[in-house]
Amino acid sequence: MAKITFDGVEVEVPDGTTILNAARQIGGSIVPPAMCYYTPLKGSGGKCRACLVRVAAGSAKDPRPMPKLVASCVTPVQDGMVVENTTSEQVLNVRKGIVEMLLINHPLDCPVCDQAGECDLQNFAFEHGVSTTRYQEERRTFEKIDIGPLIQLHMTRCILCYRCVYTADQIAKGDRVHGVLGRGDAAEIGTYIENIIDNDFSGNVIDVCPVGALTDKTFRFKQRVWFTKPVNAHRDCPKCSGNVVLWYKGKDVLRVTARKDEYGEVKEWICNECRFEKKETADWTIEGPAHIDRSSVISANHYELPVLNQSVVADLPESTQRELAKNPPLKLG
Amino acid sequence: MGRKLLTEHINVEGIDTFEVYRKHGGYRSVEKAIKTMTPDEVVEEVKKSGLRGRGGAGFPTGMKWSFLAKPEGVPRYLVCNADESEPGTFKDRQLMSKLPHLLIEGMITSSYALGANTSYIYIRGELLYVLRILEKAIAEAYANGFLGKNILGSGYDLDLHVHPGGGAYICGEETALLESLEGKRGNPRNKPPFPAVQGLYARPTVVNNVESIAAVVPIINEGGDEYAKIGVGRSTGTKLFSACGHLNKPGIYEIELGLPVEEFIYSDEYCGGIWKGRNLKAVVAGGSSVPILPTELILKTAAGENRLMTYESLSDGGFVTGTMLGSGGFIAMDETTCIVRNTWNFSRFYHHESCGQCSPCREGTGWLEKVLHRLEHGHGHMEDIDLLVSVAKQIEGNTICPLGEAAAWPVAAAVRHFRDEFEWHVTHAKQAAQPGAVFPGKAVLV
Repeated sequence: MAKITFDGVEVEVPDGTTILNAARQIGGSIVPPAMCYYTPLKGSGGKCRACLVRVAAGSAKDPRPMPKLVASCVTPVQDGMVVENTTSEQVLNVRKGIVEMLLINHPLDCPVCDQAGECDLQNFAFEHGVSTTRYQEERRTFEKIDIGPLIQLHMTRCILCYRCVYTADQIAKGDRVHGVLGRGDAAEIGTYIENIIDNDFSGNVIDVCPVGALTDKTFRFKQRVWFTKPVNAHRDCPKCSGNVVLWYKGKDVLRVTARKDEYGEVKEWICNECRFEKKETADWTIEGPAHIDRSSVISANHYELPVLNQSVVADLPESTQRELAKNPPLKLG
Repeated sequence: MGRKLLTEHINVEGIDTFEVYRKHGGYRSVEKAIKTMTPDEVVEEVKKSGLRGRGGAGFPTGMKWSFLAKPEGVPRYLVCNADESEPGTFKDRQLMSKLPHLLIEGMITSSYALGANTSYIYIRGELLYVLRILEKAIAEAYANGFLGKNILGSGYDLDLHVHPGGGAYICGEETALLESLEGKRGNPRNKPPFPAVQGLYARPTVVNNVESIAAVVPIINEGGDEYAKIGVGRSTGTKLFSACGHLNKPGIYEIELGLPVEEFIYSDEYCGGIWKGRNLKAVVAGGSSVPILPTELILKTAAGENRLMTYESLSDGGFVTGTMLGSGGFIAMDETTCIVRNTWNFSRFYHHESCGQCSPCREGTGWLEKVLHRLEHGHGHMEDIDLLVSVAKQIEGNTICPLGEAAAWPVAAAVRHFRDEFEWHVTHAKQAAQPGAVFPGKAVLV
């Protein structure tokens, strides 16, 4: 076990844990943002540099600070390590710079992007960025590519986190058709001349994509995510766990996704049949409203736990209040 | 005239063949090491020599070797980094094409010291003709019993392979090199784990530059103490410099570390001064990634002392008034050089060569290049100059591998010392955009 101090909070974690995962054990707003790291995917992390933190003391044995900021998602903890994240001015400034870098070639087409509302880059930019840009040059653009009939790749929005590459390698195994072509700012996710990923788990690349680069073609432009209602459901699926979230608009299931934890990471991978083909309520056993733990506008509509506006009630005339006391309004939830 | 430990016989006819090389004292270090020394004694000898990595970072080679993890029953590897592709650096190419057996001899001795039974030379893909030369030399070494099973009857086995890269500068970064050698895309790895613990095929690995490995030969032949007598302070031995640019005698020079920079540029024995009788404007002392220095600062340190060709003296004053020895790519520029254009050119290179894995480098290198392109072509604004510094700062230190720094340093240093010239490109945009236009003023010294 190793004891570390993260932003002044002490936490004890097993040896070999990364700084980021140690911080997640503490939880709350001090957890560094992660755009590329994805716990279930081996080898992910270290690329977006959003989670850079300052190590003020390397370990109990060698308390010197580390010379550079380190990527917390891939750096293992040492006993006695002291890490600064939100308490370090330097880290916050660098993070602002990372936002700027990630956005200079991003199309900023959130108003028409299906990911808006549950986009890691949107949240990251909103929390750490500035509202103007210093970038005057032309932005990088790509043509949209269909990866099979169900998934669309729009490289222009991609931040090259490599999550989908690892998913294609590790979850949707098979012939290796999904990778990165080119280098530098010309690098792109490629499937070698638009090969179709013919695998039952290929749809998971949509869930792991932090931005709107990989989208569900059965859901594209159907609805803004914050107008849909997430509902946990399951079915007996011979291929996967069958535990999903259904996204309703009215009575219609608009899309099906895997369940995610508060850091946006998929808990259980789901198969393409569940994701793309089972879009009737009758296909599913409904469990109840899904709670969206991560910060998102979806959780802002509070439909799952309605709250009565007490202040309005208190200002009512006395007679009405008496009436209300006699016939209290129906409490939901 | 300084001593030449590596290139003494470089011009001997037929030195690239085994017989001639052997006749001139070749493979003595292998015999000495394998027959009379234990591997640890060889490492100790290299440590004593004070040899520092010749690839650019200047990390002590003996120290690097002693960090190598040695778990039981797990193979270890020595990999020679011959992916020399930094603009301005071309010393290893010369060494390998003229003296292939020197590198092979160094590889055998070093592999013996590290206990590696398989070693690799990862050579830059563009140097295919050098690869042929090396392969021929390796075949000769096998035929003469210096490679293969039971070398010199000692029971020590070594296989040596040459592997060409695919033409990416980034594969000169040691972990990207290992990825590429494994047959993957040449993306640098996250560190830790370091190659000394998990390198090639997740086994303990040492990656050394060609010149570092070649330098092991004279160190073993003459002894580490003898080698350490050459040079100044912690910069010991001899070093190859590839001098290029506006010099009378550009070329590759082996110098004893500690030679004054002024002597290196102006003496007839070395570069012979600036061509066409012009004046020196600036020098990039160690390959395109190190900060550029104006004449006044490359010849004398900020304190007014003579600047010497050593790791310490060149970096005297930090990055404010100093630079780095780097890989020894010495680029001299005369007074007709446009620094903005030159910086743009460097920046274009790093933009092209960024692997695109981590965001600051992928996006930042392109941004730098585009802003510099604008400035050079007369479309710049005053804010762009500070923007360059700011973007360079956002890249520096925040990337997976040192390519980010390599892209940021030359830009930051050019603005630091030649800000007036950048401003002139904004105020006299039309004039500056003319072919061959040069800023008439002086460099900024601090």
